Amino acid sequence: MKEVRGGKAWLGILRIAYKLLTNDRPKFAALIVGIAFAVFLMVQMTSIFAGILGRASSTVTNIGARVWVMDPAVKTVANNIPMPDYVLDAVRSIDGVKYAVPLYSSGALVRLKSGSYQAVTVVGLDESSLYGRPDLVEGNVEDIYAENAFIAVRDAEFSKLEKPQIGTEFELNDHRGVIIGFAKVTSAGLFGTPTLYTTYKRAIQYIPSSRYTISFILVEPKNNADIQHIQEQVRRIGYLAQTKEEFVGKIARYYMFQTGLGTNILIMTVVSFIVGLSISGQTFYTFILENREKFGAIKAIGAKGHELLVMILFQATFTALTGYGLGVGLCSLLIALARFRLPNYAASITYLNLGIAFIMVVIIAGISSCIGIRKVVNIEPFEIFRG
Amino acid sequence: MAAAAVKAMGLVKWFGEGDARTFAVKDVSFEAHFGEMLFIVGPSGSGKTTLLSMISGILRPDAGEVQVEDRKIWSMTNDEIADFRLNTVGFVFQDYHLFPRLTTAENVAIPLILRRENWDDAIKVAETYLEIVGLKERTGLTPRKLSGGEQQRVAIARAIVGRPDILIFDEPTASLDGDTGRKIVDFIKKEILNDRRCIIIVTHDGRIYEYADRIMQMEDGKIMNTVQGALHEE
Ligand SMILES: Nc1ncnc2c1ncn2[C@@H]1O[C@H](COP(=O)(O)OP(=O)(O)O)[C@@H](O)[C@H]1O
Ligand SMILES: [Mg+2]
Repeated sequence: MKEVRGGKAWLGILRIAYKLLTNDRPKFAALIVGIAFAVFLMVQMTSIFAGILGRASSTVTNIGARVWVMDPAVKTVANNIPMPDYVLDAVRSIDGVKYAVPLYSSGALVRLKSGSYQAVTVVGLDESSLYGRPDLVEGNVEDIYAENAFIAVRDAEFSKLEKPQIGTEFELNDHRGVIIGFAKVTSAGLFGTPTLYTTYKRAIQYIPSSRYTISFILVEPKNNADIQHIQEQVRRIGYLAQTKEEFVGKIARYYMFQTGLGTNILIMTVVSFIVGLSISGQTFYTFILENREKFGAIKAIGAKGHELLVMILFQATFTALTGYGLGVGLCSLLIALARFRLPNYAASITYLNLGIAFIMVVIIAGISSCIGIRKVVNIEPFEIFRG
Repeated sequence: MAAAAVKAMGLVKWFGEGDARTFAVKDVSFEAHFGEMLFIVGPSGSGKTTLLSMISGILRPDAGEVQVEDRKIWSMTNDEIADFRLNTVGFVFQDYHLFPRLTTAENVAIPLILRRENWDDAIKVAETYLEIVGLKERTGLTPRKLSGGEQQRVAIARAIVGRPDILIFDEPTASLDGDTGRKIVDFIKKEILNDRRCIIIVTHDGRIYEYADRIMQMEDGKIMNTVQGALHEE
C-alpha cells in the first residue's frame, strides 16, 4: 500500500472540493452573492456609522488639543454652553497646566458676494497662541491678525462659499469679512456647513453672543501624568475636563445612543448582520445538504471523516473569502460613486469595519459549515449505496 | 482451496427498534473466492444490498464478522475501514453516483486522489481505465452527456482504477436495456475478472445469470440455496 503524506498530498483532495463547489455555477454564484450581500450590508452600515461618528467629532480632531474644558452638560461640539472668563483664569492657575487658551465656536450666517446667505461655523482661536490652528494650503497664517481676516477650510463644504479666492469678501452681521487663506483639515464635519477660522476676539466681536463667550478651554498639560489632577481641579469648580479621546468617545456615544440617527444605524448594522447570517448561512447549508449525497459517495469510496471535514472547511473558507472580497469591493465602489456625486457623503471604510465584517463572515461561514459538517460527517454511505 | 477472498460469518442486520424492528439480514454466512464471479440473486427487499454493504465495509453489522483476505474488517477502526474500502474494494453503486460536475476522467480518478496520488498522474491513469472500458473518446465530458450504459462503464472504471481485490456490483444492469446489460457483464467477466480478483454481483436480472460461476439465492434475509455454475432461466 502506497502512503504519501504531507501538505502536497492534500492538493488533489482540495481540488476535488473546489470543483465540486464551483462547477455548479448557478449555486456557487448564489452562495457568493449571498455572502457578498451580507458583507456589503455590514460594511456599508458600519462605514456610514464610522463616517458619521468621525465627522461628529471632527472639530475635536482638527483642533487637536489634548484636554478640553467645558460645561458638564455639553454633549457635542456644536451645542456648547459658553463659560465665564473666570473659568479660564482658574484653569490657568491649576498645577500641571502648561497653558490654557479659550476657543470660540458657533454657527453664524454669512452673506456671500452673490447676495445669498450661507450658514457657517465660525471658530475663534486664541490671539496670542493661535492654538488649534489648521495647516494652511494657501495664504499665510499671520494674516489672520489683519483686519477682518478669516481663513476658509477647504473641505467638502467649501464649494458652498461660491469658490472664494484670497481676498474674496463677505458680510457677517454687517461686518466685513475677507478670506486671507485656505486650510486643510484632517476630518470633515457632519453638519454640512463650511468652517471659517478667525481670532477669538474678532469672533465674539462679529457674532452677537450671550454674557459668556468661551465655548471651550483648550489645555496643554505639562505632561500626561498631570491630566488626572487637572480633571479633578476642574471638577471642583463645577466644570468638566476631558481628554481628546474622552471627548470624542462622549460625542460618539451621544450620536450612537441619544440620537435617532445613530441608534437607527446601530440597529441597521445588527439587522444587516442577521440578514447576512441568514442569507449566507441558509445558502451554504442548502449547498451542503444538496451535496450530501456526493460527500456520501466519496465517503463510501474511502474518504475518512477528517478528509470530508477539510473539504467542507476549504469550501466554506473559499466561499467566504470570495464573497467577502466581492462585498468589500462592491461597497468601496458604491461609496466612491456616492462621493463622486455627493462630496459630503459621510462614510468611511475603516480597518475596524473591515475587521468586523471579516469576523462576521468567519462566524457566518463557521456556523453554517458546522451545521453542514455534522450532516456530512454523520452521513451513512449505506444510504447512498442502497440507491 | 486458497484462503477465501471474502468470508461472511453469521451476519445479522436489523433496522428500527422495538416493535418496529425488522431484520434485513438474518444470520448469513458464506465464502467468496478469488477468480470467482459470485451472483447474489433474490427478490427486491430480500436483503441483498444490506448484505453487500456489510461485506464491503460500508454498513456495520449488528452481529457477525466479515473477513476479507485475512483481516476482520469490523474489528478495525473507522479510519482503517475507510482505508480498506479505498484500497481493497471497488464498488459500482446501483445508481452509479457519478459526480455530474466533474469530467469522466476526474470521476474515475477520485479513488487515486483519495490515495493522495498526484493529480496529473491520477488523471492519466483514469484515462487509461476509461480506454479499457471503451470510453477513450469521452474522458473530457461530464457524465450527463453520456448514455446510461456509458455512465455504467465510467462507474466500472472508477471501481477498478485502484486495482481492488474485491469488486462489488449492486444491480449493475437494472437501468440498462437487455443488450447493453449483457454486454457489460460479459465485459466484466472477460476483462476484469482474473484469479487475483473476486467479483460479487447482486442482481435480479435473469438475463445475465449465465455469467455466474456460482449463484446464491437470498430470500427474506437468508440464503436459501447456492447453485454452482451458470444458471439459465427457462
Ligand atoms: N435504512 C433502512 N431503514 C429501514 N429499513 C431498511 C433500511 N435499509 C433496508 N431496509 C429494509 O431491509 C430490507 C432489505 O433491504 P435491501 O437490502 O435494500 O434489499 P434488496 O437490496 O434485496 O432489495 C428491506 O425490507 C428494507 O426495507
Ligand atoms: Mg438493493
